[in-house]
Amino acid sequence: MKCEDVSKELIAYLDRRANSAERRDVEEHLVACEPCRTRAEEFRKLWSVLDEVPVTEPSFGFDARLRQRIAAEPKPRWFAWLVPQPRLAFAMALLVALSVWMGRPRDKAAQNLSADEQFQMIEHLGVLENYDLLSKSDVLAEVPAAPAQPDQSDDQTPPDNGGGTL
Amino acid sequence: MTRSDVQLMLDVKAGDDESFNLLLRRYRTPLVNFLYRMVRDTATAEDLAQEVFLRVYRARKEYSPSAKFTTWMFRIATNLALNSIRDNRHKQMETSIDAPRNDEEDSAPRELPSREMRIDEHMVERDRSQFIRSAITSLPEKQRVAVLLHKYEEMDYGEIARILDCSESALKSLLFRAYETLRVQLAPLVAQPVRTSAGEGRQS
Repeated sequence: MKCEDVSKELIAYLDRRANSAERRDVEEHLVACEPCRTRAEEFRKLWSVLDEVPVTEPSFGFDARLRQRIAAEPKPRWFAWLVPQPRLAFAMALLVALSVWMGRPRDKAAQNLSADEQFQMIEHLGVLENYDLLSKSDVLAEVPAAPAQPDQSDDQTPPDNGGGTL
Repeated sequence: MTRSDVQLMLDVKAGDDESFNLLLRRYRTPLVNFLYRMVRDTATAEDLAQEVFLRVYRARKEYSPSAKFTTWMFRIATNLALNSIRDNRHKQMETSIDAPRNDEEDSAPRELPSREMRIDEHMVERDRSQFIRSAITSLPEKQRVAVLLHKYEEMDYGEIARILDCSESALKSLLFRAYETLRVQLAPLVAQPVRTSAGEGRQS
């Protein structure tokens, strides 16, 4: 064991908290190393010197002042059990506000379709509700993209869907 | 039968204020001493000790015995003491900037006298315990906390390491450096024959 290794274990050795292996290592080094042995001895004396510092007692009114401060603490309110954490309450309020905002009607203008547009949408409802038809993309490609052309859409009939005629 | 700190704190949590009084009686002196040795001002030390107890009381409902009670309490005390020292340092800096310059005062550093100074000369100015207190106060903050908790509170390494938020290995190095500094600073006393202990702490 080198001097620098001993320095790390010396305090634990002196206050008797080192384990037996560490104690043995330190003791072996101290027998062989005069400077470390002197330092260990001076640490022991130093601890006795540090013990000379007198104890400072708290002042006479310490407890009374503390009790006064505790008595002045705000009492828990009746709804405190409902809101154990202010941050949690804030997060919940934020979540509710966000839900309301997300759930609001997006665009009323888009929903107010004209009578013609609504009629065309209903006209194609059979196609849109037919799963077999929708699952075949090549057939789906034949569905008119723009319902604003009634002449073309009337001519197109789904090939395998008897109920698809609108 | 004496109830443990954790049991007392759990009783406080359950609404038993008398258990809090028992904790107060058990720890007011160690806390005031620790804080006084940290901040070197009796009034500030008492104020900080009251603040520690107040925070313990406020946190009673959320208390869970995940660590030793003393680790928790002294961690609060350490943080408060370090904040107070830093605040005080800022105030002193502001004062020194605003105050008219006094070369004589400024030239006297707030530090211990040199080792060459004869011990009897020094003892004329300050008594022995004041000399020791000054040596402890001159340690860097973290080393000071480590020495106070190790020497005077007799805490184990794991507990001190948790309070200082460092590893046990780092703590051992920290303690060695701190005691080495004190050995040098207090060499005049260490060289003298050991006197009968007048204070508290571990007899080594």
